[in-house]
Amino acid sequence: MSDKETLFSKKNLKLITDPLGSQNPITVQVLGICSALAVTAQMKPAFVMTISVMAVLALSNVIISLLRNSIPNRIRIIVQLVIVASLVILVDQVLKAFVYDVSKQLSVFVGLIITNCIIMGRLEAFALGNKPWPAFLDGIGNAAGYGIILIIVAFFRELLGSGSIWGYQVIPEGFYNFGYANNGLMVLSPMALITVGIIIWVQRTKNRQLIEEK
Amino acid sequence: MNRNGNTYTFIYASVMVIIVAAILSFTAMSLKPLQKRNIEVEKKKNILTSININASTAEAEKIYDQTITNSYVVNSKGELVEGNAFTIDLKKEHAKALDERIMPVFEANLGEQGTKYVIPLRGTGLWGPIWGYVALNSDLNTIFGATFDHQGETPGLGAEIVTPAFQEVFKGKELFDNNGKFVSLVVAKAGEVAPAQHKVDAISGGTITSKGLQQMLYDDLSGYVEFFNKKKTE
Repeated sequence: MSDKETLFSKKNLKLITDPLGSQNPITVQVLGICSALAVTAQMKPAFVMTISVMAVLALSNVIISLLRNSIPNRIRIIVQLVIVASLVILVDQVLKAFVYDVSKQLSVFVGLIITNCIIMGRLEAFALGNKPWPAFLDGIGNAAGYGIILIIVAFFRELLGSGSIWGYQVIPEGFYNFGYANNGLMVLSPMALITVGIIIWVQRTKNRQLIEEK
Repeated sequence: MNRNGNTYTFIYASVMVIIVAAILSFTAMSLKPLQKRNIEVEKKKNILTSININASTAEAEKIYDQTITNSYVVNSKGELVEGNAFTIDLKKEHAKALDERIMPVFEANLGEQGTKYVIPLRGTGLWGPIWGYVALNSDLNTIFGATFDHQGETPGLGAEIVTPAFQEVFKGKELFDNNGKFVSLVVAKAGEVAPAQHKVDAISGGTITSKGLQQMLYDDLSGYVEFFNKKKTE
């Protein structure tokens, strides 16, 4: 095969690194915002959500990519939905059986992975037209790009909203005695949107190519 | 075969659904015993937490067997009835009328600290069910410990009912007033007036969860009043 390339060729690595920066699903493509608001009040759920999305996205990308030449075009969205939904149920069942504590924390959020626009977006845009290995990398990359924003947002929301990081109190008791108070607004979803907005702002100041021309 | 034809589409869809259904039901069935066990251990852990024992998942069953010395089922008239206290589904019992309901009681023997009575609770929060266990001293009035949990309350707000800080304040509160009348507890918002021995502070921003918890305490514990009264006169 003349077009054979190594597993981690430059082109393949780009599939992982691009979504972390210039092609980030949340800050550039503005996908998956809904769950970014829902699970970022604390870091732990945000992290487990990232891992779960990664598993579902990478696997569904591979499966769709393997099936890409056989899927009837007219029902391809339904096929994608069925596969994503089944994978989400599998993840949920496995979490419940082996890491019960974590699954309790995530509760409804696992089910909400199905509604994550990034997953359907990547299946449509990438997996349907590419081989399984690049599709797998694309899945990992996009989930990581999604996760990194989730974790940044969760870090600030938990720090300012609850005074803790990863569940551990980091703001000393003394601060509260001097009149410092946790900002209750940070815990509510509007602040997640504003935090994401600030990240988008910072990113575009650094990378001017992302700014749309009028 | 024509990939865009109806026949192909139908066959494809049917085969896919059958395969997916088979995989899912196989996983669900093979993981069921593990999940059921997790839930049982979780329940034992919760019961232990209510009597202020923090057991790890690995040890929970052993400690449970040592501490919980007796469990039985009562009805709203305070009479003992047939049944397995551990497997009672509170959700189903709540659907019944009060006088048909059967209610579990767990007795814990804590040595020097005496006998504690653990009562399971179940109610509604903001987004879904909340539940918990309340342990009473042998006077069947003073709360020895309490633990609460929820399915999907808002993190940082309603979900704070699971924190030790919230559960700690229940200790020492009383269910009956000085005349022996059942009053349960008030989970009070700022400015709400209630006698100190019946009052715990609600969570700011978690009003509906806090009030749901208050309702849960009242509804579920009121069913036991006859049982408590009988037990006290024994």
